[in-house]
Amino acid sequence: MFDFVRQGSNRVRAFFRKGALDADLDEEMASHLEMAVEENLRRGMPPEEARRQAMVRFGGVQQAREKQRASRGLPFLDVLGQDVRYTLRTLGRDAGFTVVAVLILALGIGANVAVFSVVNTILLRPLPFANSQQLVWISPPPTKCGLSCATYSSDAYEEFVRYTKSYDGVTGYMAFTGPDNLRLTGRGEPIPATGIEVLSNFFQVLGVQPLMGRSFTPQESRAGAHPVTLLEYTYWKRQFAGDPAIVGREIDLNGTPTTVVGVLPQSFDFGAVFSPGERVDLLTPLDLDKERTWGNILTLAARLKPGVTMGQAQAEANLVVPKLCWGERYPQSCGSYVNKHGTSMLVRTLKDYVSGRLRRSLIVLWSAVGMILLIACVNLSNLLLARAAARSKEFAMRSALGASRGRMVRQLMTESLILSTGGAVVGFGLAWSLVLWLAHQGSLALPLLSTLHIDAQALGWTVLIAFAAAVLFGLMPGLRMATGNLLESLKDSGHGSSAGRKHERVRTALVITEVALACVLLVGAGLLLRSFLKVLDIDLGFEPDHAASIRVEYDDTAPTNEASELKRGEIFQQVIARVSTLPGVEAAGIVDYLPLGPNRAWGTPAPQGKTFPEGALPGPLVYVCTPGYVRAMGMRLHGRDFEWSDGPKSQEVVMINAAAARIYWPGEDAVGKVLMSGKDELHVIGVVDDVHASSVEAEKGSQIYYSAMQNGPNDAQLVIRSRVAPATLAGSVLRALRDLNPNQPAVEFQPIRTIVDRAVSPRRFFMLLVGIFAGLGLLLASLGIYGVIAYGVTRQTQEIGIRMALGATRGRVQRTVLGRTLGMVLLGIAVGTVASFGAARMIASLLFGTEATDPVTYLGMVLLLIVVALLAGYLPARRASRIDPLVALRTN
Amino acid sequence: MGDSKLDLLQGTLDLMVLQTLAAMGEQHGYGIARRIEQVSGDEVLLNQGTIYAALVRLQQRGWIDAEWGISDNNRKAKFYSITKRGRKQLQEDAEYWQRLAAVMGRVLEQGIANSE
Repeated sequence: MFDFVRQGSNRVRAFFRKGALDADLDEEMASHLEMAVEENLRRGMPPEEARRQAMVRFGGVQQAREKQRASRGLPFLDVLGQDVRYTLRTLGRDAGFTVVAVLILALGIGANVAVFSVVNTILLRPLPFANSQQLVWISPPPTKCGLSCATYSSDAYEEFVRYTKSYDGVTGYMAFTGPDNLRLTGRGEPIPATGIEVLSNFFQVLGVQPLMGRSFTPQESRAGAHPVTLLEYTYWKRQFAGDPAIVGREIDLNGTPTTVVGVLPQSFDFGAVFSPGERVDLLTPLDLDKERTWGNILTLAARLKPGVTMGQAQAEANLVVPKLCWGERYPQSCGSYVNKHGTSMLVRTLKDYVSGRLRRSLIVLWSAVGMILLIACVNLSNLLLARAAARSKEFAMRSALGASRGRMVRQLMTESLILSTGGAVVGFGLAWSLVLWLAHQGSLALPLLSTLHIDAQALGWTVLIAFAAAVLFGLMPGLRMATGNLLESLKDSGHGSSAGRKHERVRTALVITEVALACVLLVGAGLLLRSFLKVLDIDLGFEPDHAASIRVEYDDTAPTNEASELKRGEIFQQVIARVSTLPGVEAAGIVDYLPLGPNRAWGTPAPQGKTFPEGALPGPLVYVCTPGYVRAMGMRLHGRDFEWSDGPKSQEVVMINAAAARIYWPGEDAVGKVLMSGKDELHVIGVVDDVHASSVEAEKGSQIYYSAMQNGPNDAQLVIRSRVAPATLAGSVLRALRDLNPNQPAVEFQPIRTIVDRAVSPRRFFMLLVGIFAGLGLLLASLGIYGVIAYGVTRQTQEIGIRMALGATRGRVQRTVLGRTLGMVLLGIAVGTVASFGAARMIASLLFGTEATDPVTYLGMVLLLIVVALLAGYLPARRASRIDPLVALRTN
Repeated sequence: MGDSKLDLLQGTLDLMVLQTLAAMGEQHGYGIARRIEQVSGDEVLLNQGTIYAALVRLQQRGWIDAEWGISDNNRKAKFYSITKRGRKQLQEDAEYWQRLAAVMGRVLEQGIANSE
């Protein structure tokens, strides 16, 4: 063992002292020879003979030197150094090729590293919580009744904690808050902030330690406790300039002094994990008692006890869920969390909840980008083959001089590795900038996106694929070159016919592979594009363009409920009237929940006089709005809208959507009919067309609209429809609101189109990326086609010359070349189409309104490939037709 | 069998050099090469130059030491001497060779006896 170490360190030392040791040896050998000559002279030989005999006995001097060097240093490194220097020289001479090759590799490797980072962040990396694999999310599967059916009431939560034994802690947060729900006052203009109420054990269960200060205590979430808050890191930096003395300071939230008890670490981003696409600024403790009668408000998350498996937790949940009561005082509400499918409560890992539904898309993306790298490698292989063919004389010479096959293959592999390393360095830089840009796309509703960054794993991945790529594209040309026919290559007629033809066959096969891969990418991208267009085409039930919304702050406190409703009606009426006077405004109205955002449901109204079987009545989503909202949203209405006269004293009126109407009174006109909600009579005055409430792609459920003067809205979003671009109205709308209520914070004036865009942003993102990859693949494939056809034309210059001399027209020659191009491409398309069928089946679950065998897509892509191929083959075809027969026959 | 010389394997040359140094004490490269030629009765095919590869190997393993000095003919030459570790190695290797030679001898004798 020691011997090995000693030898090793000696060798390393000798490696770095080459010059000195070489000089030393030379001196020694000179001395040796002199002594040998002396001895020979003493024996009586004449001087020349003495010298000659000495040299003969000594053997080859250079060989002795090399043997000694091999024994003392690190010969492997020496050879490598030689190869690298030689490669850099040859690559430098062929700058055009080197630049193209490095660029192609940079694109392929860079795209791969970027996608790897995305996949790593969203799918692979554990969540930024301690022992995050123990964290679970507890909820029923998504249903038509939206968020209200995915949450639990305060009573249910406490019961759940009491009945279960699998968890170290169960926590949750209030799911029904919208953005900008708080005002930061006391510093001039009120500034909007988004706050989420969380249970006091939220941070303990998740395993998050505040960066400064502490997290909440259970006392702070009880009624009457002094209001406290925890700030998120970025909010602290932005709003409070990273003030280190913030802990213990009081800030004014909604006019109430609130103590800041701590600042959360940078690694914690509530929005990134729980509500992608939205930013959360601060967190406050949730008082379970305050919201006890409100209904289902809590989402549930928990930490499994060590040793408890998911299966055990799920089994326990299945047993507990029938015992949960919505309200302990209402025994008939017990068991209300049980759904008829038997999947009442799902326990899954938090990671799965956060990013599980994206798994498919991300895997597709990863495969697509892997295919790009494959195409790039095939392309490079082609390029290197062409280059190696041009150097065949050089290799033949070296082989004749004694270079072993292994040595030459090694030198060619060194070339591939160097190209690959260059591509990896540039590609890594590309990936870095791409990842940086992506991480700042706040409007992209992908979870954990803000935590996207390049880390050591991405670097490792870069090295890995650079190496794999080098082997992939370098091996084939390397082996072919080193095993070439020596004699053929040394002959002066450079393009030997049989060798050249075989060479061209290999390159053609490579290009066919490229075309097939590009075909698969194109079909995938085409299918995703069609799906996206279909999604955009969906009738949302409202008009997102030319409309915008802004949150209105109002105060309707009054001694009685009725007085409050009257006051509210007055305030809203004033606001709407004022805003409607602004130039360009066509309609305005107020609602408490916008579509495609959070929603809530309560009650199961039943048509008067009809009976329905158990469970047939839906629990519709509830929206509370003012007159004018339906028009402002561009919803289609049959019947009449609310009027300001529909107040607390008049009969209770509602509007329902078409889906609800179909359930309540199938085949009849619902307008004028009455719904019973408990003892209340609800008169249906209008039927609106279905609106996509929870997601653009999901089915539409039942919806019911109450008047804001007969029911309390949870929030107030003012929706304005205008002829002019809504952005131009932002300033004047805010001023109008401020005039009426100086407490109005400067909230964002959000175009409705943005809401829709955010909802479809993940789909658009994936489609764009796959589309870009398909485009890249197409480009690379067309370059490959060009290369091979051009090579073929060059190789057959003489033959074409002869043909033209014998009477072939230019057109004929062009057609021949193009025909060959087409033949090659059609073969590639045939293979690619078969592969596409398989690939399309795998992405079938990602498609929307499009079959995996959609003929329009396939046909379109085939045509595109053919057109591109013909374009690629056009230039060489033209060159072929321009060949001057005399010149062609003269040259070799 | 007598006319053609024996090609030396790398390890055997190293062993011969060690033995020479153990017997002769300090010696330079030329001297070692000549000594091996003489002792082996010119039966060994030795390109004298190859001795330097062996010398550097032995040096790196710490079995011999080297120092520049003056030869008897007033020439500058590099002198090598065996180290304590080298002596130990020599002893081990020599024992090994003797055992190997004995075993091979017995086995081959058998073969020759059988074929007769």
